[in-house]
Amino acid sequence: MSTTTTRGAARPAPAAAFPARPRRGPRGSSTLAFWVFTGPFLIGLLVFVYIPIGWSLWLSFFEARFTVTPDKFVGLDNYRQMLENSDFTGALVTFTVFAALIVPLTWAVSLGLALMVNRLRFMRAFFRSVFFLPTACSYVAASLIWKMSLFSGVRFGLMNTVLGWFGIENIAWLANPDPPWYWLVIVSARLWLQSGFYMILFLAALQNIPPELYEAAAIDGARPGWQTFRHITLPQLRATSTAVILLLLVAAYQAFDEFFNLLSKTTWGRPPLVELYYTALGQAQDYGAGSAGAVILTLLICLVTLLQGRFMGFGRRDEAK
Amino acid sequence: MSAMSSSNWDRRSVLRAAAGLAALGPLAACGGNNGRGGGSGSGENLVQYFHAYGEAGTEQAVKRYAKAYDKANVTTQWITGSDFESKLFASLLTKNAPDLFEFHPQIQLVKSGQVADLSDIVEPVKDDFNPADIASHTVDGKIYGVRMIDDPQFFFYRPSLLEKAGVEVPTTLDELIEAAAKLTTGKVKGLFLGNDLHAVINPMIWSAGADTLDDQNRIAYHTEGVKEGLKKMRKLFTSGDLLLDAPADYWDPSAIDQGLCAIQFCGMWAMPQMQKALGDDIGVFPFPKVTDGGKPSVYNGGWSMFVNAKGKNVDLAKEYVKWLWIDQKKYQEDWSLSYGFHIPPRSSLAAGATKLKSGLPAEGVNLFNEYGHFDNIGWTQSMITALEDVFADCVRKDGDPEAALDKADTTVNRELKKLFG
Repeated sequence: MSTTTTRGAARPAPAAAFPARPRRGPRGSSTLAFWVFTGPFLIGLLVFVYIPIGWSLWLSFFEARFTVTPDKFVGLDNYRQMLENSDFTGALVTFTVFAALIVPLTWAVSLGLALMVNRLRFMRAFFRSVFFLPTACSYVAASLIWKMSLFSGVRFGLMNTVLGWFGIENIAWLANPDPPWYWLVIVSARLWLQSGFYMILFLAALQNIPPELYEAAAIDGARPGWQTFRHITLPQLRATSTAVILLLLVAAYQAFDEFFNLLSKTTWGRPPLVELYYTALGQAQDYGAGSAGAVILTLLICLVTLLQGRFMGFGRRDEAK
Repeated sequence: MSAMSSSNWDRRSVLRAAAGLAALGPLAACGGNNGRGGGSGSGENLVQYFHAYGEAGTEQAVKRYAKAYDKANVTTQWITGSDFESKLFASLLTKNAPDLFEFHPQIQLVKSGQVADLSDIVEPVKDDFNPADIASHTVDGKIYGVRMIDDPQFFFYRPSLLEKAGVEVPTTLDELIEAAAKLTTGKVKGLFLGNDLHAVINPMIWSAGADTLDDQNRIAYHTEGVKEGLKKMRKLFTSGDLLLDAPADYWDPSAIDQGLCAIQFCGMWAMPQMQKALGDDIGVFPFPKVTDGGKPSVYNGGWSMFVNAKGKNVDLAKEYVKWLWIDQKKYQEDWSLSYGFHIPPRSSLAAGATKLKSGLPAEGVNLFNEYGHFDNIGWTQSMITALEDVFADCVRKDGDPEAALDKADTTVNRELKKLFG
């Protein structure tokens, strides 16, 4: 209803026909409607995003321990402390390792699952649901199952039981970082949790590939299997693949739950968010240093995003089509 | 701009605006839940934080005591999970902070004005408290907390398994390492120190003849003896004789109860559960000496009640603490002895604690008295974390002890400078 009145207002003739209710009326209410509809979100954005960012920037120049309203200005001390802190710089390395492991793995596994489910003749809906189901599980719950049952260090832990059949000694998967078995635990948990979701994305994309393409390829002599996959399926999935990789990177960057729950009292295996949690919100309660770390991280993200836009051209018009 | 002139405030746009405001309602409601319950009409409200004790019945007990208090409606938040400190520290900064909470004495809480001076309620009964428990809560002559329970931590072992393996009760760390090796069989690991070993950090330092801080609040843990201890701990960690990644951590008696290990580091609180599971087949010994110059040690941990100095009703909270933890001896006795075993910090209660007078509990009390080290209020959470990092870096990882201790020195010195100037 409101759209029709707005449209009516755009036409000069009716406006002239009703001079008593000038154009101001409808335009005024559309301004009002704009604020009514966007207001809550803008307020939310302001209160939960922009004010905290500004506050955190302010905090980063103060000695803010056990308080968020500090009064002792320390200049760039917090920044120096964070940059000299090998735990913080190490966190960036941890994140890089994690992303390098989890992004290609999830991409490959979810694509593989999608290809398999897509070829099923029967029970497709069943398998689709089965693989998608872990997405509904919480990271905390999965971490606890991984830690206490699958990868527990005692002889009746599932993995140790299996290894025991082959006469292999019990392994302390999480406590002992050498060799770094904890990566296996962390990566497998996340892989199980998120593959199903990305499988659905790939599945949708696969079903969008016109069958004519495959027919044409077959007529041109492409062998089914690898050749068709390499030259037809994969290029057709390009847009989806890019989106999936981007989403995976974002998700990897946000990783917190499984690291926090699986690894305790460590100096390793802490991605930036976990490290900052321990600095600012954990036992140390050093909001100044934590905020400085957050600002450094934000600058890094901006830098990477700019570089990515420049080299990968993400966000430009898709030239593949 | 003129579009908003008053002539346009017809009924419809007013209604729309009202609808818009109504849409904001849920946002405002977000601030409504402050964990204080509904309030039962009369009386005032207090909120207290407790970490989740492992023994059955403890949560009900705390709530039962609170209910018996008639001057305020006391709500208990029972904080589960392993990071009680983080939750407590974070909430203390907010308006929803608890009025009173249990914790360990740490000076940064005093320096930042977060805990109230309780001298006036403790002073009259000061002589009835274990002097060490008063000292560990005192800063510049003021007492900031009321000790509820003392919890010594030491090793528990299965005499039958030691006998079978021909092992004596270890008196040095080397002997402990050797014993762990001899006691390890296909199904049982020799020793359990917890999954991340942090419980034995302080005992190891003390048993190496060092301390966390000296009496002038300077670093005292950076010694040759401690380095030697760290190297021995690394040897133990890599020996394959330690139980690691157990489903329950050191503070839970499950590992020794279920026969996963022959010796476990744990606390006095778990004694009743162990006796129930293992009967007489249980003994105790302190953390053995690490170096020739060292002495066996026991960490006398425990929990104390503090009042949030920035709370809405400090006086009422203090009154509640006085009522329960100073006046109500029946409840204090119940809390110390009916669930896990804890040593009452009040001499008058300890004297009448018959459950702790014989057998294994008496041996535990002996270790507490003979080898015990109490909390040092100057040793704060970030310093604790710094030494946990040392253990992570050079016991669980193959780092250089000297480098790890240097790194801790930086953190601890920065902290000391902030606290003591």
